Amino acid sequence: MQGWFSGLTLARKQAVWAWVFLAVPLAFFTLVRFWPALDAFALSLSRWNLVGPRKYVGLANYERMAADPVFWQVLGNTFEYLLLGLPASLLLAFLVAFHLDRIQTGQGLLRALYFLPHLTTATAMAWVWRWFYQPPPVGLLNAWLTALGFAQQPFLRSTTQALPAVLVPAIWAALGFQVVIFMAGLKAIPRSYYEAAEIDGAGSWQILREITLPLLLPSLVFLFITTSIGLLRIFDLVYNITAGGEGGPLNATKPLVLSIYQSAFGRMDMGYASAQTVVLFVILLALSLLQMRLLRSRP
Amino acid sequence: MKIIRPGRIAAFTVLFLGGLVMITPLLFMLATSLKTGGEVYELAFLPREPTLDNYLEILTHSRFGRWFAVSLTVATISTLSVLFFDSLIGYTLAKFRFRGRGIVFVAILSTLMIPTEMLVIPWYVMAKSMGWLDTMWGIMFPGMMSGFGVFLMRQFFLGVPDELIDAARIDGLNEFQIFWQVALPLVAPALSALAIFAFLGNWTAFLWPLIVTTSPGLYTVPVGLASLSGEFQTDWEMIMTGASIATIPTLLVFIVLQRNIINGIMLTGLKG
Repeated sequence: MQGWFSGLTLARKQAVWAWVFLAVPLAFFTLVRFWPALDAFALSLSRWNLVGPRKYVGLANYERMAADPVFWQVLGNTFEYLLLGLPASLLLAFLVAFHLDRIQTGQGLLRALYFLPHLTTATAMAWVWRWFYQPPPVGLLNAWLTALGFAQQPFLRSTTQALPAVLVPAIWAALGFQVVIFMAGLKAIPRSYYEAAEIDGAGSWQILREITLPLLLPSLVFLFITTSIGLLRIFDLVYNITAGGEGGPLNATKPLVLSIYQSAFGRMDMGYASAQTVVLFVILLALSLLQMRLLRSRP
Repeated sequence: MKIIRPGRIAAFTVLFLGGLVMITPLLFMLATSLKTGGEVYELAFLPREPTLDNYLEILTHSRFGRWFAVSLTVATISTLSVLFFDSLIGYTLAKFRFRGRGIVFVAILSTLMIPTEMLVIPWYVMAKSMGWLDTMWGIMFPGMMSGFGVFLMRQFFLGVPDELIDAARIDGLNEFQIFWQVALPLVAPALSALAIFAFLGNWTAFLWPLIVTTSPGLYTVPVGLASLSGEFQTDWEMIMTGASIATIPTLLVFIVLQRNIINGIMLTGLKG
């Protein structure tokens, strides 16, 4: 063995070492990533309750999905999280980062205050917010509203308020991450650009529009995509903030991942659940392709 | 002389108030965990007589201590595995020249496109057939390596000069020794960033541990917290104590490693 190896050229030896180092990882990525992903596609074409035999049913699961009003409601909820949450959180994060970037004293402390919620466990924070949203006399927000002379609100118990009520802690928890990324992007813009613009007599709006925002584009694209993916995959918070993981009154807050979880592990309907995961995969893939396009087309 | 403009003071004040709003939920959680049951419904923020009784109660009369141990074990082992394998893979892809290198890199990178939600059902089937359901290994096995870590480590190993590696070869070190003793110490900042991400990711992971465990003795902290739904239904001071126990470790980690965490996020944001 030793003799065989020492007879090899340096390049050959390197190749042998490389494949030795990669053997276990390749087995891992094949068995725990690629094979399960293919299996998910295969399952989406089957009917299976985990115990009996798997039965191939073609596109039946997808047809069922198309005819299922709850699925469309769930998909609508998922995009409602996205369409409300994405602009709100990016605008808020940009405003905070933009002003934080210009502060000289106490910047680190302030940034830490904004960042801390990002490190919390969604499950734990779901409980805190669930407590805030309780009806009186328990809920803090209703107690404050009463004290200030406003009407009490049903929050999580209302079909219209529940989804935004879940979205608030989601935005709250992600804000710190977005602020840090925006600040890194802002710091990377050379000071001399601003100075040159000021000498040319550009106003602060003009500087923002023509220097800051274009140069911040890579950070913006990165956050646009990561935030979208996070919102489309929302689960932990919704599961824990609504009693028993049901997804709110009349499914008002139920996102796609919760629906997948309930199909698979509540009703043991593995085929239908897998078909929904394929839908999620396609949406996320489209987003990733969009990111690549946006980054490639930038001047 | 530094000129302090009124606009700056206003901006600072608004940002500071916003920051206070940001940590208000955390402060209420901690303050309530120090209250007695009767005080919860009062509006006062601070407890009249702060007490650690809730913590004693929850650690002795519930499985919280056990869940904490499970979470810590799972997160530690997974993190060590991710650090070792991801840096080994990243190093191999950055510093070895061999046929198939590009394909392996793209293949591992493409796993980032596969959402966990799509894999949990096949993982469950796999764990069931292997007898891994309701075991710690069952919780850990999907996270032993990560495509993200491979990408991060490869980027950093690309910056390690080839001359150093060639010199180590001439000194008679074998390829594993070169990786372990020469290259790895040079990417310590990336390792610490990856360690923090991997640990926090495991500490807060919810979906897969929720699926794979059924006996309460094997819950992680997040899954245990979710199960309190039935047990302490209206004991909000106890629930806030549980939430605090889940949160305090990550807050401590942040206080100690603040710079590494912020820099790590900036790194991934810029390299991503």
